Amino acid sequence: MPNMSLKKNPMPHQPADVRNKNFEEVALGYTPEQAVDEAERCLNCKNKPCMNGCPVMVHIPEFIAKIKEKDFEGAYQVISQSSSLPAVCGRVCPQESQCEKYCIRGIKGEPVAIGRLERFVADYHNANCKEKAVKPQSNGIKVAVIGSGPSGLTCAGDLARKGYEVTVFEAFHLAGGVLVYGIPEFRLPKTIVQKEIDTLKELGVKIETNMVIGKVLSIEELVKEYDFKAVFIGSGAGLPKFMNIPGENLNGVFSANEFLTRINLMKAYKDDATTPIKHGKKVVVVGGGNVAMDAARCAKRLGGDVHIVYRRTLDELPARKEEVEHAMEEGIIFDLLTNPVQINGDENGWAKSCTCVKMELGEPDASGRRRPVVIAGSEFEIEADVVIMALGTSPNPLIKSTTAGLEVNKHGGIITDENGETSVEYVYAGGDAVTGAATVILAMGAGKTAAKAIDEKLSK
Amino acid sequence: MFKIVDKKVLNPTVTRIDVYAPFVAKKAQAGQFVIIRATEDGERIPLTVADYDREKGTVAVIFQIVGATTYTLNQLEVGDYVADFVGPLGNATHTEGLKKVAVVGGGVGCAIAYPVAKKLHEQGCEVHSIVGFRCKDLVILEDEFKAVSDKYVLMSDDGTAGTKGLVTDALKNLIESGEQYDEVIAIGPVIMMKFVCRLTKEYGIKTIVSMNPVMIDGTGMCGGCRLTVGGETKFACVDGPEFDGHLVDFDEAMKRGASYKEWERHKYEETCNLFKKEVK
Repeated sequence: MPNMSLKKNPMPHQPADVRNKNFEEVALGYTPEQAVDEAERCLNCKNKPCMNGCPVMVHIPEFIAKIKEKDFEGAYQVISQSSSLPAVCGRVCPQESQCEKYCIRGIKGEPVAIGRLERFVADYHNANCKEKAVKPQSNGIKVAVIGSGPSGLTCAGDLARKGYEVTVFEAFHLAGGVLVYGIPEFRLPKTIVQKEIDTLKELGVKIETNMVIGKVLSIEELVKEYDFKAVFIGSGAGLPKFMNIPGENLNGVFSANEFLTRINLMKAYKDDATTPIKHGKKVVVVGGGNVAMDAARCAKRLGGDVHIVYRRTLDELPARKEEVEHAMEEGIIFDLLTNPVQINGDENGWAKSCTCVKMELGEPDASGRRRPVVIAGSEFEIEADVVIMALGTSPNPLIKSTTAGLEVNKHGGIITDENGETSVEYVYAGGDAVTGAATVILAMGAGKTAAKAIDEKLSK
Repeated sequence: MFKIVDKKVLNPTVTRIDVYAPFVAKKAQAGQFVIIRATEDGERIPLTVADYDREKGTVAVIFQIVGATTYTLNQLEVGDYVADFVGPLGNATHTEGLKKVAVVGGGVGCAIAYPVAKKLHEQGCEVHSIVGFRCKDLVILEDEFKAVSDKYVLMSDDGTAGTKGLVTDALKNLIESGEQYDEVIAIGPVIMMKFVCRLTKEYGIKTIVSMNPVMIDGTGMCGGCRLTVGGETKFACVDGPEFDGHLVDFDEAMKRGASYKEWERHKYEETCNLFKKEVK
């Protein structure tokens, strides 16, 4: 008999007033009993609407059916046919706007907790399966992947499984891209990312760190001198945006990229870290996306009194609902319909406050969201010794500027066809380098599409 | 991992290491930099390329022991490895078409100024090198500079080496005596570059400076290295590290450069004590 409860099995969490002082994972994961109970909520619909919401088309009802049978490893095998990073996706995918959005159970009540089940299955596999992945028979064809974030890792994994000799080039000293420098430990433990990367290595993928493609080597050199038959560019959207308001270069003002990289990649939150981070007492985070939530929650854990300043209302907040709720539970204050116009400094060049204005919503703009308009005479000051700009990012021009004929759009995103091929033959691209800042799973979908297209082209 | 193949102590606080990094050596040019992590779990720091040997595949960097990371780096010996060595990053010095240039170096900045002087010399440009140090013990690269300079002026704060005075005094004298430079290239402490630029502005001589702010990735990702140039925010790592000195907001750069000073001092003492304990 299916479980007809209208509610999901709740996810066990660290209590908010405990977790806002540590960097350990917030969500603790289902027990096997909870997972089976939740799996029983799935009606195993014939037309599988949930699958259409998944950018990598995980066979969702099938893996959930395996959970019902308590065949957790079998469930993992089902997921891994489509997704190379299930432990990551189960944690950071916006399921509410993808698979779970289309779940029939969601019409009357809450959808099946597909994300939580995916996470459970992946964690079960990682904890219990000691078998190593096996490197497939090589076809001897070399493919280069630039960037080791979600799109690059997915593309590399899919091609390696087909027998290609894949080398991933990473600019940082550690592979993982945004999964290691951007998303904090408490949302995605780095051991999980490392585990996924180790699996790729077992499949024969080579990972070359410290390789800034466009500087150390060009794409042309990869093809002509190193004999790579195809190249996938998954270099992400690394360039931070600033507001261009007075005071933005004061000490204590960071891009979210810098703040998060210091904390996540360089582990600056640890006592013995060699990389410093300013522990703000009064922190203002500007922006309303997932990155803003991550930055705010990190700042909170460093001991700050944290405000998120966002120019529209809660309804327009682009961050995942779950992230916003977690941030609120942890004591982060949301100053909505508010926008900074100036950062004020002390005599030593450190930020001390933010001058903001109040906004109201006017007519809808091009994005369909109502445009925020300044309320005249509404200036006020918020105390702030740290200000973090989380306004989004754009693709890094390094590769474009060193690759002849590579076309980009006006936002700097690389232009590709529906298969991910760029204006340069045999050069593919996907993820944020194409779309601008988006989600892990969309990047993975793009990596997957490109891997398929590369295989079809090279096996002709 | 990148092997240290040579190490020279240039003065009590300045060291040169040559690192085997063939990818970097193949493309490195004067004016560019690398990002180094001395050890696993170490900090990422930018150091400008001091020299390179494309055949041997080595790249030299010269660093002053100012903080915990450079202290740790200085503990490594020939045969040891630095954990990471990324580059070449940033843009190369533009030297095309220059016929007569004054290269001004201050302190450890001379390590960066030298390859620029050398490149200019090799392309047949007349090079006047003006270098300044606090005292005699800190003088570096004297022979190297002399070998590539048509004129070499050594200045020191206390008069124990060369002439007592500042590099700006020497530069002013040369300009006043009728030397006409296409360009001045100034590399050293921010305060020195600021005053060189103030001087050359009076005479209307184009001046290039090399900025060396705090960085993490060195590829344009973090924005930690931002500075104001001509009223616009620029990233030293991708837009620089060299800029038109008459447009740089040096006061802001000095304040930004001091942002981790307290932390650094603390960490430096901690690291020194740690190494002293190990020695005992």
